[in-house]
Amino acid sequence: MSSVRLLVGTKKGSFLLTADGKRERWTVDGPHFAGWEIYHMKGSPADPNRIYASQSSGWFGQVIQRSSDGGKSWEAVGNQFPYEGVPGTHQWYDGTPHPWEFKRVWHLEPALNDPETVYAGIEDAALFKSVDGGQTWKELDGLRRHGSGSQWQPGAGGMGLHTILLDPVHPERIFIAISAAGVFRSDDAGKTWRPTNQGLKSRYIPDPKAEVGYCVHRIALHPSRPETLFMQLHWNVMRSDDAGENWQHVSGNLPSDFGFPIDVHAHEPNTVYVVPIKSDSEHYPPEGKLRVYRSRVGGNEWEPLTNGLPQENCFVNVLRDAMAVDSLDSCGIYFGTSGGQVYASADGGDHWNAIVRDLPPVLSVEVQTLA
Amino acid sequence: MIRVELPYHLRNLAKTGAEISLEVQDPITQRSLLDALEARYPVLRGTIRDHVTKMRRPFLRFFACEMDLSHEPMDALLPEAIRSGEEPYLIVGAIAGG
Repeated sequence: MSSVRLLVGTKKGSFLLTADGKRERWTVDGPHFAGWEIYHMKGSPADPNRIYASQSSGWFGQVIQRSSDGGKSWEAVGNQFPYEGVPGTHQWYDGTPHPWEFKRVWHLEPALNDPETVYAGIEDAALFKSVDGGQTWKELDGLRRHGSGSQWQPGAGGMGLHTILLDPVHPERIFIAISAAGVFRSDDAGKTWRPTNQGLKSRYIPDPKAEVGYCVHRIALHPSRPETLFMQLHWNVMRSDDAGENWQHVSGNLPSDFGFPIDVHAHEPNTVYVVPIKSDSEHYPPEGKLRVYRSRVGGNEWEPLTNGLPQENCFVNVLRDAMAVDSLDSCGIYFGTSGGQVYASADGGDHWNAIVRDLPPVLSVEVQTLA
Repeated sequence: MIRVELPYHLRNLAKTGAEISLEVQDPITQRSLLDALEARYPVLRGTIRDHVTKMRRPFLRFFACEMDLSHEPMDALLPEAIRSGEEPYLIVGAIAGG
């Protein structure tokens, strides 16, 4: 029988939550790496026993862990992320030049067909690749050096490369997103890159056609239709139907224009999920009601999903990497909160339950659908 | 043998007890001690000192014989009590944070 395994990264360790295909009874395993921030964990699509984890600490820096047995045991691998050449500078918050400095790994994206190949998105923003299971890392520096790198600025949370999407239809195509630079696309497996931000708007960028400078929070695609991208931007939900060449607003009737995660239903390429959040500084759900919003038509028309979610006095946040979908017949949706809850829906969002309620603040949620 | 005490999280990472014994070639300095420590426990590379610059990470301090050696020259001989194994060399994480 099928089963699912949630990989939950928190501010104080990681947790593995497992259930059979009914997704009613859950086993909680953890904390692993207790006391460390686990920004992200992700399993290899080619070998679900291979899992990578980004473990970091303000005291002890960055560690990368990998498991070859589905999270039962772990092995620390390479933690050196050297920028290629002389890194130069990007812009600091005040617009002055600031040296590029490695801080942490935000996101790990295993390759679609090789468990030994994995990409890492880091702060200060750069993309790294390992072809030896994380033992050694090499920067794909065509991204940082493509021309606009010296203009990139950090968002409030730092200048992180937080999203890496590998196109299953065009194997040479990679999308990445950086706060607060924007979306970039490579069509040659990461050698060369260009910004793909036309149509995005930011209130404080005077040039409406600015190439970079956009606080993209997250992008998502459906593997059967990778030309269509969905984006949670700092302000607005956006959609592109030409692989990022042009973007249009699809926020429609959402109760706020802000949020972090966005994801696509496993079997319905036009069904999209977001969690609206009130901003610019509060960062909790509007009216204290935790609502996932679902559009079945690719945006603009959104319905609130509330059954099983707290509808009063709820003031948690849901971070950009903290939502995932499984690929069981009845698609499961999962998200974690800054309050330590992990919510699950086994029916595409119609009904929700908290798997756990009292974890440390959740930084990331990924799910593996296991045979 | 040189005695070294690691902070809790680095003990877990290196899968050691609180104190480890380390063989360090002469001259026994902070640099040669840390080089030997990282050679024996490669997982600690980058967690105490920067990979490239070898600078101490900001929230770590080095103590020995009731002295803070964090700002002492890395190539200076360590005190005799450390070199003889009478006293441990302490790597301490800042007592701060959330």
